[in-house]
Amino acid sequence: MTASERPSGDALLAAIDLQKSFGATAALAGATLRIRPGEVVAVMGPSGSGKSTLLHCLAGIVRPDAGRVVYAGRELSALSDSERSALRRSEFGFVFQFGQLVPELTCLENVALPLRLSGVRRREAQRRATGWLDRLEVTDVAGKRPGEVSGGQGQRVAVARALVTDPRVIFADEPTGALDSLNGERVMRLFTKAAKSSGSAVVLVTHEPRVAAYSDREVVVRDGRTRAEEMVA
Amino acid sequence: MSIGQVFLGLLESRPSYGYDLKRSYDERFGQDRPLHFGQVYSTLSRLLKHGLIEVDGVEPGGGPERKRYAITGAGVTDVQRWLAQPEKPEPYLQSTLYAKVVLALLTERPAAEILDTQRTEHLRLMRELTQRKLDGDFTVQLISDHALFHLEADLRWLELTSARLDQLATVVRS
Amino acid sequence: MTPGGTQPELGFGGGEHPPRFPSRWTRDLTLGARLAFAGGREGWLRTALTAIGIGLGVVLLLGCAAVPNILRAHTGRVAARADDFSFATTDLPRGDATLLVADIDTRYREWNIRGQLLQPEGPRAPLPPGLSALPGPGQLVVSPALARLLDSPDGALLRPRFEYPVVGTIGEAGLLGPNEYAFYLGSDQLEEVSRGPIGRRIDHFGAVHASQPLSPMLILLVLIIFVVLLLPVVVFVATAVRFGGEHRDRRLAALRLVGADGAMTRRVAAGEGLLGAALGVGLGIVGFLVAREFAGVVTLYDQSVYPADVRPSLALGLLVVLAVPAVAVGVNLLALRRVVIEPLGVVRQAAGTRRRLWWRLTLPVLGVAALYPLSPGTDLRDGTVAQIQVTTGAILLLLGVAALLPWLIEVVVARLGTGSVPWQLAMRRLQLGGGTSARAVVGVAVAAAGAVALQMLFGAAARANTVSTGQDPSRIQVEVSLIGQDSAQEVTLLHRLLATPGVTSGYGMTHFSIVDPAQLKPHSQGSQPGIWDLTVADCASLRQMLVIDECADGDVFQASPTGAPDPTDPHPGERVLIGDPDQPNAPHWTIPATARAVRSATDASGLTYTGLMATPGAISGSALPRPGIVVDLRADDDDPDAIERVRNTAAGVDPLADVTSLRATAENHNFAVIRRGLAIGALATLLLVGASLLVGTLEQLRERRRLLAVLVAFGTKRTTLSRSVLWQTAIPVLLAMALAVLAGVGLGAILLRMVHEPVRMDWSGIGLITAAAGLVVLLVTGLSLPLLYRLMRPDGLRTE
Ligand SMILES: Nc1ncnc2c1ncn2[C@@H]1O[C@H](COP(=O)(O)OP(=O)(O)OP(=O)(O)O)[C@@H](O)[C@H]1O
Ligand SMILES: [Mg+2]
Repeated sequence: MTASERPSGDALLAAIDLQKSFGATAALAGATLRIRPGEVVAVMGPSGSGKSTLLHCLAGIVRPDAGRVVYAGRELSALSDSERSALRRSEFGFVFQFGQLVPELTCLENVALPLRLSGVRRREAQRRATGWLDRLEVTDVAGKRPGEVSGGQGQRVAVARALVTDPRVIFADEPTGALDSLNGERVMRLFTKAAKSSGSAVVLVTHEPRVAAYSDREVVVRDGRTRAEEMVA
Repeated sequence: MSIGQVFLGLLESRPSYGYDLKRSYDERFGQDRPLHFGQVYSTLSRLLKHGLIEVDGVEPGGGPERKRYAITGAGVTDVQRWLAQPEKPEPYLQSTLYAKVVLALLTERPAAEILDTQRTEHLRLMRELTQRKLDGDFTVQLISDHALFHLEADLRWLELTSARLDQLATVVRS
Repeated sequence: MTPGGTQPELGFGGGEHPPRFPSRWTRDLTLGARLAFAGGREGWLRTALTAIGIGLGVVLLLGCAAVPNILRAHTGRVAARADDFSFATTDLPRGDATLLVADIDTRYREWNIRGQLLQPEGPRAPLPPGLSALPGPGQLVVSPALARLLDSPDGALLRPRFEYPVVGTIGEAGLLGPNEYAFYLGSDQLEEVSRGPIGRRIDHFGAVHASQPLSPMLILLVLIIFVVLLLPVVVFVATAVRFGGEHRDRRLAALRLVGADGAMTRRVAAGEGLLGAALGVGLGIVGFLVAREFAGVVTLYDQSVYPADVRPSLALGLLVVLAVPAVAVGVNLLALRRVVIEPLGVVRQAAGTRRRLWWRLTLPVLGVAALYPLSPGTDLRDGTVAQIQVTTGAILLLLGVAALLPWLIEVVVARLGTGSVPWQLAMRRLQLGGGTSARAVVGVAVAAAGAVALQMLFGAAARANTVSTGQDPSRIQVEVSLIGQDSAQEVTLLHRLLATPGVTSGYGMTHFSIVDPAQLKPHSQGSQPGIWDLTVADCASLRQMLVIDECADGDVFQASPTGAPDPTDPHPGERVLIGDPDQPNAPHWTIPATARAVRSATDASGLTYTGLMATPGAISGSALPRPGIVVDLRADDDDPDAIERVRNTAAGVDPLADVTSLRATAENHNFAVIRRGLAIGALATLLLVGASLLVGTLEQLRERRRLLAVLVAFGTKRTTLSRSVLWQTAIPVLLAMALAVLAGVGLGAILLRMVHEPVRMDWSGIGLITAAAGLVVLLVTGLSLPLLYRLMRPDGLRTE
């Protein structure tokens, strides 16, 4: 595949020929992907094809066995664990399928958490968190704890939390997986709108076509390999 | 999808007599509407006229004349172009897509690519519809949703088919 | 479930054909018992901890249940060998069934050795318990412990004191405990001096036990020890039942959501509690039997106990064995309230209702109200209202700690929500699930409060015992005294003692009593004769006792604290009798007219001598009978064995010689032992509570592996999460300690006031307990970090 040899060009985040095995299973076997600033990319493919693994590699949570991940000109594998953590704190945001909010904290505190982890003062963090809750139309749950809100509300809180640090890339792994279609679409509408308005790129893992339709383009992963990359790059 | 494109694809896999072509077509794509012999021979003569197929030989003997047809270089190019081009997403597309996939498998072309190409096309339209939905009023939203759900069903079928290509290949090639 | 079946297999709540009563019960109880082990390694650990906790409680409770029997056995043994009947009103004539006995107790290092001289006066002389025959003159019968000591290298210095043939061992019947050091030495040198120190004539051993009233301080100590020891045990048992309770609550709530009715949920919980309790009781009984065998090893206050004497009384033992499971089940059922009422809230971890303060505060307030009015010096003897008041007061105060702590944790934690991220995470965690940690630390809080109060009491008791021996060891360190044959013996004794290695200097004196013969006449008319002291010593010795400048042999002094002799004292020139006026040949002596009145000093042994002081030259020539000989010695400070050698020398001169080592303060080994015991007990409780906290933390971490992975994805640092775990453990423990110290000091102060003791804090004890608490916190955190780090790997992001 010639794609792997091309320089990353105008890409903000690029994965080049990633390989990753867990024991005997090869989760990734040559995945290549480029994300430009502000674009929403849907990662699709059958279950077990390696989508989540690709996402984790891109976000620097998992270290690939081979291949490179380049973010803004820096190679992630060259960074130490704490540098990668710092990068995730300041530049990346995350939304997962479920179980991601700290049950003891209120929704507002959950949204403010990433800011506080990067050292923002509590008052300021909560002020900014309130703004994001507002934009995701969940202001009314600010004082409730995750156990007391609906799945859709919780997911919007999670999206607010991913966006609160103004990240340049948001990684979302099946963000609507646990929601019905109406709620899922509502989350996606607010999510993509908010990401577009703040200029964040989104890597969206999903196998729901209607969710993928909120993306700018899609990348298909099959057996740990990406396809269709050349056609859009 | 036309009968001619299917015949071309079938002939690419191997040269056949008109009767065999009809049988293959009926078995795989005819569903419950078998071809008339008239349709078969008019299609074949059209393909002959355009130089996409040629007569490979004639079986002598009593009864009706038995001509064996084979695909020409121009015919192969035509099949290739047809397979590579995504269909315009619309409801009840499956029969065409199915024919394409089966013919790709028969002619040992990468069938998965056909599906991926089609998925891209579907998603492109879905994106458009989604955008229209986001910008439009309530009726537009409802109409777009209708189309989106149908397209999604298609896409689901695409996914399912691509997941079961190997299985399909063994069935088709047997 | 088969359509035609009569008995649904797992149909909660019965359905159309509820199973018959007993089968429903067994089904639910066994389901509960099975649940006790559910949850993999943590489930086992949790049940094991509960069982260990309850087991420890049962061991202690059975131990307490055995106390009445131990005391009964002890008093029985003391009474059985009693031989001092000096309170008897009639004199016993010599006969063929009488025996002369004399106490020759001695000390070796820090141990007391009970010794009796025995001298039969006829063939039917009584036999002390534990002996099969009386030892002949110069023969020795020893206790097994003393025999061991004499045989061991440790006893090398003691052996010279016992250079007699050992002809037997004292049996169990003659000893108070297996480790008692005791011996009987046969003699033919004793003579009966009526009620005197040399020998007592008896015709039997053993007395009907006459109980003496205990001092208020002792009664208080005993009462508080019981309250303070038993209450934490009960509280601890109750908290042990709830180890890992949060998890269990959620499981039961889930069961309830699936359709179990309230009664069934209760039965399942009871089954779970019963299993832990049954295991605990079993463990406790085994532990008790094992510990009992070790009872013989422990020696406290020179007392040891025969394992056979450690027998819980049947009623109390049964009470323990039945009450503990009952408490376990009761606590489990009580805790179920919320599970039964709002199971959904439990499953979704919604915040529960707030704890109310008023009834929690009532307990300690009532406790203080009961204790405080008890004025200093209250009569605390059995059956008095005051005794009940003290006991209930202490119980209420300590229970108040148990009741207040969860509230305190809730209130404090609610106000501590803001701060750094780890702090915030920990506090929110405690706000939501603080009940579990609170319950876990309640046991230790009550135990620590009790321990602090006890240590203060013991501290006071120890001070009361150590302060003011009045002895001045800078001047002399050992005093040897005996009743001599004649005054010449003093010289021999002094010489031999001075020749003993380790002795650096010394002086001797002899004491007599003198009687004014003129005053003997009123004696016959019923009034007391005047009896004064006469001390004979050389000038060097006298200088230790008197404030004098000049002294020469032949001088006589008349000593008094003021320097002005009492007008009733005998005057110089008067003729007096020396010794026992009843003895026919008591010598007469004329007090020289040159006798000078002087002021007495306090001598090294803390005594102030008054009366007549004579140099040997002033009374030479008189054969003075039965002098009280006292030799004061100075020994090498760096030679701790010197005192033992002195004892050996003295025993060689006369087995009846009394050797006292002088100390500025009597160091009290026993109080140190008790304090250490208390500290160890508190520490053990802390460790157990730490283990339960650890299980809770591990369980909780495991439950949130996904959340942890998400937090890591967000870039959360390890230290952030580690610190959160630390705070989450530290805050409840620290609050528990603070409340415990406060309540303990308060209780201690109130109790001390009651017995007129100055309130003084026992900082070392408090420090030790606090340090231990800190250690437990660090340990729990440290031990949960490996799991935390393991769970912080990205694997947790994968959906289960
Ligand atoms: N931590 C791991 N340990 C072992 N195997 C793993 C691990 N993570 C992923 N795998 C394996 O790697 C392959 C790809 O997994 P991955 O989670 O990336 O798939 P996916 O495309 O996200 O699937 P899904 O759509 O079901 O979420 C699978 O076969 C999976 O079993
Ligand atoms: Mg996945």
